[in-house]
Amino acid sequence: MADSDDLQEIEARLRKWEATTLKEALKALPERRKEFLTTSSRPVRRLYTPLDLRGKPPSERLGQPGEFPFTRGIHPTMYRGRLWTMRMFAGYGSADDTNRRFKYLISHGETGLSVAFDMPTLYGYDTDAPEAKGEFGTCGVAVSSLDDMQILFRDIDVGEISTSMTINAPADVTWAMYLGMAESRGVPLTKLRGTIQNDILKEYEAQKEWIFPPEPSMRLVVDTFEFGVKQVPQWNTISISGYHIREAGATAGQELAFTLANGMEYVRWGIDRGLKVDSFAPRLSFFFNAHNDLFEEIAKYRAARRIWAREMRDTFGAKNARSWLLRTHAQTAGVSLTAQQPEVNIVRTTIQALAAVLGGAQSLHTNSYDEAYQVPNEKAVRIALRTQQILAHESGIANTVDPLGGSYYLEDLTDELEEEAYRYFDRIQELGGVIASIRKGFIQQEIANSAYRYQREIEDKERIIVGVNDFVVDEQPEVEPLRVSAASLRGQLDRLKRIRANRDRKKWQRSLDGLRKACEDEDANTMPHILDAVRSRATLGEICDVMREAFGVWEEPLLY
Amino acid sequence: MAKKIRVLMAKPGLDGHDRGVKVIARALRDAGMEVIYTGLRQTPEDIVEAAIQEDVDAIGLSCLSGAHMVLFPEVVSLLKKRKAGDIVVAGGGIIPEEDIPKLKKAGVRVVFGPGTPLKEIVAFFEKAGAAKGA
Amino acid sequence: MPSRAPAASKAVRGLVDELLAGDKRAAAKLISLIEDDEPEASAALALIYPHTGRAHYVGFTGAPGVGKSSLIDRLVREFRARGRKVGVVAVDPTSPYSGGAVLGDRIRMADTGIDPGVFIRSMATRGHAGGLALATFDAVRVLDAMGMDLVLVETVGAGQSEVEIASRAHTTVVVEMPLTGDAVQTMKAGILEIGDIYVVNKSDLADTSTLVANLRFQIEERDGWRPPIVSTSALKDGRVDELADAITKHRAFLDSSGMWERRELQRARQEILENARRLLATRVRAGPEGSGFELLTQAVIARRLDPQSAAVRLLRSEASSPRSAPRRPRSSP
Repeated sequence: MADSDDLQEIEARLRKWEATTLKEALKALPERRKEFLTTSSRPVRRLYTPLDLRGKPPSERLGQPGEFPFTRGIHPTMYRGRLWTMRMFAGYGSADDTNRRFKYLISHGETGLSVAFDMPTLYGYDTDAPEAKGEFGTCGVAVSSLDDMQILFRDIDVGEISTSMTINAPADVTWAMYLGMAESRGVPLTKLRGTIQNDILKEYEAQKEWIFPPEPSMRLVVDTFEFGVKQVPQWNTISISGYHIREAGATAGQELAFTLANGMEYVRWGIDRGLKVDSFAPRLSFFFNAHNDLFEEIAKYRAARRIWAREMRDTFGAKNARSWLLRTHAQTAGVSLTAQQPEVNIVRTTIQALAAVLGGAQSLHTNSYDEAYQVPNEKAVRIALRTQQILAHESGIANTVDPLGGSYYLEDLTDELEEEAYRYFDRIQELGGVIASIRKGFIQQEIANSAYRYQREIEDKERIIVGVNDFVVDEQPEVEPLRVSAASLRGQLDRLKRIRANRDRKKWQRSLDGLRKACEDEDANTMPHILDAVRSRATLGEICDVMREAFGVWEEPLLY
Repeated sequence: MAKKIRVLMAKPGLDGHDRGVKVIARALRDAGMEVIYTGLRQTPEDIVEAAIQEDVDAIGLSCLSGAHMVLFPEVVSLLKKRKAGDIVVAGGGIIPEEDIPKLKKAGVRVVFGPGTPLKEIVAFFEKAGAAKGA
Repeated sequence: MPSRAPAASKAVRGLVDELLAGDKRAAAKLISLIEDDEPEASAALALIYPHTGRAHYVGFTGAPGVGKSSLIDRLVREFRARGRKVGVVAVDPTSPYSGGAVLGDRIRMADTGIDPGVFIRSMATRGHAGGLALATFDAVRVLDAMGMDLVLVETVGAGQSEVEIASRAHTTVVVEMPLTGDAVQTMKAGILEIGDIYVVNKSDLADTSTLVANLRFQIEERDGWRPPIVSTSALKDGRVDELADAITKHRAFLDSSGMWERRELQRARQEILENARRLLATRVRAGPEGSGFELLTQAVIARRLDPQSAAVRLLRSEASSPRSAPRRPRSSP
């Protein structure tokens, strides 16, 4: 890196360039816009040089891959050692329908499973609940019981493949069903690998799939940490998510800040429970969005790793290097996909996936081009998977570690994002912490404001969305529809009837009573009781009803 | 003073993706309308009852979870049953092209897909309000 | 000057009949008619007025964010459980820039609205200063005529809303909540004098003892009533029976002490004078008196006439000019 004499010389040459070559060029050809902005409306300068690296020594800012602060990556060899996991989010209709989609994806080369659940399941309702009307299987798979879980993973070796389950408020119940299913197949819990999203804080902030109020929900999350540490040591009991925060309208800086603030809140609660930070921190995982602005996204991942490593080591006193690692899944930005000229979405997804890989993600989901209409059909999802395979095997970007490290622009952006995150950390602290900020609506309002600003930029044509406000064609896109069949719904309802009729009523009732008592006892861990209820054939809705009664239901603050 | 246009923005069913509905509520407010936003997790009954009590000119329904084919027509038919069929219903969200004619046949006046300019949505509600007004 | 109320059209009479039979759509349409100051608004109000006077009007004031909406939601359910019918009018501010508004109080009361014994209406202030819309208490009267036992009014919670609501409601409930942190809350002057009931909300979230003590110390007995201080929690299922009891007790107190009549008298006087003032101001601006008014103004500036005499002349000319039924004025001078 340049020392101060070199920097002076660089500066002098730069000024000369500005006064001569640049000046003349601008006279002949002015720039296209007054200001150039990232997707997050952050101003971007014309040129970045060594002067922008602000004299910070590379050892402090960058480090080596696999070493603190992990800016360049969490492994020394990154994708040279192992490619990222190609983990395609999938789910629709019944467990049977989705089991078929899993097998399809595995046959086409995906290396990890990711389960999408339908709305009723996400909110802790069985398919036959009144709240579930019209919502069966439309945006994910319906799992109301242990039996559904068995069908979902039929012919799949859960001892070998890792499974991520995107579910939050009732994550503990769904996890218990997965564990119960594995157990019944003779797979020891210690062998199971996977993730439950289980990140309730971002639900209040962005995705809104909550059930109970914050405090009991946090207790349930820490129950899973505690249980996982002891019984399912290879499982990531949480995926601290920025994806949804971003989709709800946040900027890259807000996504980074709110996600890490949430992460630190979970760590605090774990420590308050009495868990040693090094016992559960290595199993905290993350999930970030991969949005349009290539460099801003890459910078975001690098800043995330650096901030997390520092906070874990210096603020929380973690001693185990594995506690400092920010391991992240990434998903390309759903909200950026258009209904107009949908095939063009393939291009968007590719650029976004490129950002995630250049940014060092551990696993990746790429969206399908028909997402603006429906849950993806087979053709569309195959192209999305192939996108990852092209990046892995044909583009060359996996051949070296952190190829863009050292770019003046990238390093400056990384620093900027880090600074923005710390400003938000301070603000949240002033407001009394993450949960207080949620109650006051601060985080939600910041997100809604960014969403509104972004939309206004599109309306005013300050921001071009190809096919939407420019390069528009008047054509009807041809998208092959994917429908949930009435037969699948009937099958699901019949199965539920049979389960309720055939189970041992005494055992079932005892298990729910035990769960209720555990919920009311703040010192009890709910997981063993949830497992017991699941094994006794209690359904998701029945278990969640017990919890709804014990904990109450959350009401969100009013804001636009 | 020109008569105020009153619009009910609603999210029927469980879908919690409210970025769009909140942006539209703000845009309608900025265009001088009174927007009643009833929040998440509304049943068709909740929505129709609110529309009647608030005497709105139009309802905007948002659903991104695929449940629109059941929930949107139910709102329309409940409005008719309650003799409030003059309230215009518009829909938006993640809706396959194929479903749009079916929704229209069921009485949804218009379906706004992703990417519809706010200007267009505002203009629609202005027209709906003017048609019902003096 | 006409002495009789203007005749209502068949359509409006029909709506009023339906309203008296408890029809919600008719109630909603009448509220809109009045709120929009349609030509028949005065006629409609005149038809409705004889059927009012039964319901208990309860106003809620308090800073934004203090939890009025969800408190009202729980109160509605509590009163429903006690067999009473409840109307709610929730007021939100109109944007001074666009003239539009997002009315979000209903979010808190979503499920409650489908109960047949409940009616909820959201209103925007439409430029009226203070925490209420001009038509707020007209809407309250519509719900009164419809058969509601109680009508709860939720104000914006800013500006002069306490004073406005205290002058129009039978019972005024002031809702406070403890500040996060331990600073003793500074009370707005006046707020300690207008409340009939004080609620300390979100009592489960922070230590309320300082606030409660402060309130107890500063609140005095007024007209024979000592305002109670009720604590409520922020939880969705938090109990509000104590608050409902206090409201019921206050009604009983008003009835038994003669305060109900006394306040009705005060209110009638105030309302007639307010209406007269508004009528006069509108006529002066809009009518042929406009030019006469201008002449008076010129005379005052030129010191040919003093302002008091000018006002006397204005009233005299007002009284002697034959006019058809005036439109009820919407805007304040």
